[in-house]
Amino acid sequence: MTQAATTRPRGPVAVHGSRTSFARYVADAQARGVLVVQPRMGFSDPALMRAGLRATRDAAEAVVGTLTIDSYTRVGDELSAVRALNEDHSLNGYPISSLSPHTSRWVLDGVRDPSFPVQVRHGSARPQRIVAALTALGLDATEGGPVSYCLPYGRTPLAESVRNWQQACEFLASLRSTGAEPHLETFGGCMLGQLCPPGLLVALSALEALFFHRAGLRSISLSYAQQTNSEQDVQAIHALRRLAAELLPDTEWHIVLYTYMGLYPRSREGALELLERSAELAVEAGAARLIVKTAAEAHRIPTVAENVEALRVAAAAARDSHRTAVAGARAVPDNPVYTEARALIDAVLGLDADLGRALLTAFAHGYLDVPYCLHPDNAGRSRSCIDESGRLAWSETGSMPLGRVARNAGRLTARGLFDALSFVQSRYDNHFLAPTAAPPRRPRPLAGLSGGTSRR
Amino acid sequence: MKPAELATCDRTASLEVIVTGLASDAHTWNLVFIQLLLEDLGHRVVNLGPCVPEEEIVESCADHQPDLLVISSVNGHGRHDAKPLIEALRARPDLDGLPVVIGGKLGISEDQREEQARELVAAGFDAVFQEGADLASFEAFVGALPKEVTR
Ligand code: B12
Repeated sequence: MTQAATTRPRGPVAVHGSRTSFARYVADAQARGVLVVQPRMGFSDPALMRAGLRATRDAAEAVVGTLTIDSYTRVGDELSAVRALNEDHSLNGYPISSLSPHTSRWVLDGVRDPSFPVQVRHGSARPQRIVAALTALGLDATEGGPVSYCLPYGRTPLAESVRNWQQACEFLASLRSTGAEPHLETFGGCMLGQLCPPGLLVALSALEALFFHRAGLRSISLSYAQQTNSEQDVQAIHALRRLAAELLPDTEWHIVLYTYMGLYPRSREGALELLERSAELAVEAGAARLIVKTAAEAHRIPTVAENVEALRVAAAAARDSHRTAVAGARAVPDNPVYTEARALIDAVLGLDADLGRALLTAFAHGYLDVPYCLHPDNAGRSRSCIDESGRLAWSETGSMPLGRVARNAGRLTARGLFDALSFVQSRYDNHFLAPTAAPPRRPRPLAGLSGGTSRR
Repeated sequence: MKPAELATCDRTASLEVIVTGLASDAHTWNLVFIQLLLEDLGHRVVNLGPCVPEEEIVESCADHQPDLLVISSVNGHGRHDAKPLIEALRARPDLDGLPVVIGGKLGISEDQREEQARELVAAGFDAVFQEGADLASFEAFVGALPKEVTR
């Protein structure tokens, strides 16, 4: 991190063309054999946000900064965000459209520069105001997608989200005429964070990348979130790379891996071990960037120090595995994740020449059907399970073009769901937390009991 | 719920329960889990889902007249969003006596959990199950309801 900050735009006018692009920064690091690490960090206090950016910037060799946006702003309730700021209540993220641009410029001033690009992560199905706010600050890297920032993030109708995301993508793409190279990352490789078989995650991530491409974007990252089995995860990342090469001509693209996005280990040791496994997975499978989780994940919003620790731990693990592995070398000849993803993608692309309409029809017919998703526009006929080998598998495929499955799903119980949700958590915690003599009647959250507070 | 399961439970003790998230909270695994937990106990659940505006929660209660309203929130804004909601619910004569409970990760830090819970009880909640609370105490609370409900 020694590059001078002299090319950084100053003053109220956002200059997009003068900086190294986000994609270039990542590509350079990848060429040097360094995994880019990035936090999921956001605070509502501007001074803390600034301090957090500065601290994470220096945490490892190649770091991208993050502004994670709060829940009120995500759902378009800026009134509540402003009220919270006035009443001095901390939010779960940075309220980018409720703070003055002056304040946000101060947060970024002297922090963001060519050696430290900053991305905005927000989870909104109505992204226009957020995208306007970030571009006004001279930022041009963000995240999302018409499906993945809709189904997991509330109940905005999918049709509305597709329209909104079409607009947001076209607006971002229009910045290319100023000499900038705006960057957009899919969230489709994560969806609800857990229990979605990789074939569907990879298909959604690739379809969203294609959606961005058709709207005119040429700098795209495709996400995938670590799941329950590392061999399956390697297959998924290989599948995503192959699909990106097939679907995205004239595009600078890379794969971004998310450290496990489901119920996270509660023990510090287990949490950091899972993080290390994700860094190794990124290196082995050829992802260029890793978005980390901290040791506080299972409990609360992490502190700056916890974010810095996570970046260090991940970067060190990546360095170690770079020494032993050649990135992306392990061949995956017969790749069931690719086969499944390709079947889903082909089914969707065959529905309509317009990808937005094709996605809507696909969800309406249940050709795409995210398991356990409550969104009204998701068919809700699919179910997944974790098989004997620890891989995610379908127990019901609904109307997806994936053929029938032999498994009998049976009635879903709270216990059954919780066992599946906590599969990874238990595996990593069990090394470190004393095993209970007898299995608890109900899942683990019962341990460490204190009764509820009531007035009875 | 599948019929085989219904047959095994005591229909007279079955409650009609509304489960909901709060307006800014998108998390759903918690809602699905709580729904299943209640269904496993033999109760009937209407799950309003995530990001439900305050007025809609109140109107749904007015329409369904449930035996219990269960709010689950984990995004850290619950502590603030729940207060105006419980005030609105308690201001409605047609919902007089409705048992209302909340649980999850209600603030963004682990400090002051006890204090937050006391505040919410003072604002009108019948019970608060903060992170770390025993699910058995929630089940006990629910189990005690049929005898007390006079609605
Ligand atoms: C999966 C996940 C997501 C998914 C959710 C997808 C979906 N539609 O559900 C995605 C990736 C989309 C997501 C997004 C966000 N998330 Co999130 N998420 C998680 C994660 C990793 C697991 C949650 C989960 O699946 N739980 C499974 C269920 C079964 O468990 P549970 O929710 O903990 O509920 C248990 C208890 O709390 C209790 N309980 C819950 N409710 C009730 C109610 C009653 C009455 C009772 C008795 C008990 C009870 O019973 C359950 C079983 O034990 C948690 C961290 C973790 N726990 O590991 C973060 C977490 C909940 N998320 C968090 C946040 C902040 C967000 C975001 C705002 C992004 C951000 N700023 O980081 C957005 C939400 C946007 C919005 N509008 O709300 C924070 C909340 C912080 C806090 N409260 O202090 C957490 C803790 C992560 C963190 N450490 O920062 N998230």
